[in-house]
Amino acid sequence: MSGEEPGGWRVFVDSTRCIGSGICAGAAPGHFVLVDGLSRPLKELIDPADEVLDAAESCPMEAIIVSDVGGGRIAPEP
Amino acid sequence: MTDTSQATIPKRYPFSDPHRLDVDPRYALLRRDEPLTRIRMPFGEPAWLATRYADVRTVLADRRFSRSASIGRDQPRNTPRQADEGILAMDPPEHTRLRRLVAKAFTARRVEELRPRTTAVADELVDGMLAAGPPADLVAHLATPLPIRVICDLLGVPVADQGRFHTWSEAIVSTTSLSPETAESYIDQLLGYMAGLIAQRRETPTDDLIGAMVRARDENADRLTEDEVIRLAAGLLAAGHETTVTQIPNMVYVLLTEEGGWERLGNDPTLVPKAVEELMRFIPLGATAAFPRYATEDVELGGVLVRAGEPVVVSLHSANRDEQVFADPDRLDLAREDNPHLGFGHGVHHCVGAQLARMELQVVLETLLRRIPGLRLAVPVSELTWKSGLLVRGLTAMPVQW
Repeated sequence: MSGEEPGGWRVFVDSTRCIGSGICAGAAPGHFVLVDGLSRPLKELIDPADEVLDAAESCPMEAIIVSDVGGGRIAPEP
Repeated sequence: MTDTSQATIPKRYPFSDPHRLDVDPRYALLRRDEPLTRIRMPFGEPAWLATRYADVRTVLADRRFSRSASIGRDQPRNTPRQADEGILAMDPPEHTRLRRLVAKAFTARRVEELRPRTTAVADELVDGMLAAGPPADLVAHLATPLPIRVICDLLGVPVADQGRFHTWSEAIVSTTSLSPETAESYIDQLLGYMAGLIAQRRETPTDDLIGAMVRARDENADRLTEDEVIRLAAGLLAAGHETTVTQIPNMVYVLLTEEGGWERLGNDPTLVPKAVEELMRFIPLGATAAFPRYATEDVELGGVLVRAGEPVVVSLHSANRDEQVFADPDRLDLAREDNPHLGFGHGVHHCVGAQLARMELQVVLETLLRRIPGLRLAVPVSELTWKSGLLVRGLTAMPVQW
């Protein structure tokens, strides 16, 4: 990734909210996988990636939280 | 693994004309013996049909199966003409760029804010039905007007125009119910109508979803075309009520005709959310397959090799009856605990209105159970008439009494 600090973002999937729609795994297959029907991030710390924002903004349950290393919310937008 | 794509004669698909809400017994045999099978739909090239839950999910969520690769192909389909499918013919990241434009308005959190108003509308419509009967038609009094009112409020479409756009909307779920010329004309009129509403919003900004879409388009003109916004808004209006309009009577029908269903929910209305999920699993809403996915590389699936460039369609209701996933799958279990059904699809094209539909279906059942606990059919089941020539199965009318 272009000059970004590796692992600049943290990805969290709230398994109590996830309904396993498969939207994130389809939109960002390098970042999310369904395990026993529920989504899980492949890596918790990632380089910034548009498709992860797409996944977080497309989740109908807002179960995907993307934050920066300081804990500031990046997505989904409120 | 066998390579049978060229060797066997494709089966005609759908296997049979829909009968009420029955599931064709051939699906169970295919799941057991031939989970990917060759089929030929009324128009277009032959295809694979996936019938097992796991394979269906793979086809719908694995990026090796593409919707955009269908463009320019002689797609397996139900109508002579290939419709312009807009967002439904896109893959990520193109698809996501458009979907993000509206996804926010359909999150569980935003939909929950619409629940009190939806309940008030349901109560008002039930008042009208009670005043008109018994008997009264549940389709005309409740199932049709409720989803139309909800989607109109959300989008910002005048409910007074429903006579027109409801007629035109049939074109998006029609297979043979409309002539190709009529279907095309209806779609053109729906798009023209939506283009007019969007132009109005540009003059007079609004807080509804169409207003938000217009603002997003004008702020990101390099990323969104006017035509994309018009088609997306028209698609939401049409899909936003055709499916729910049909599924409300289907659910009430199943509850009234499956042994003890209505009484069970009446005795314990807290079961309604679980019951809605189970009814989504149990009811084969789709009458046929649509939206084939094309393999972008060779993929092993269901014991066969799907070659790059071959189309695959899925049966959601076969997946929803897969005994590998659902215990006693042909039994309606209104309290079913583990229910990862595919009634709203799966993957990036998972129904954007799923949370809205869930809320509407829950509200309708809760309202009917509370207001008319003695609800029952006013005619024998054999006298009910079913729609035909559509992508969805449902009742044309549902006379009820109490």
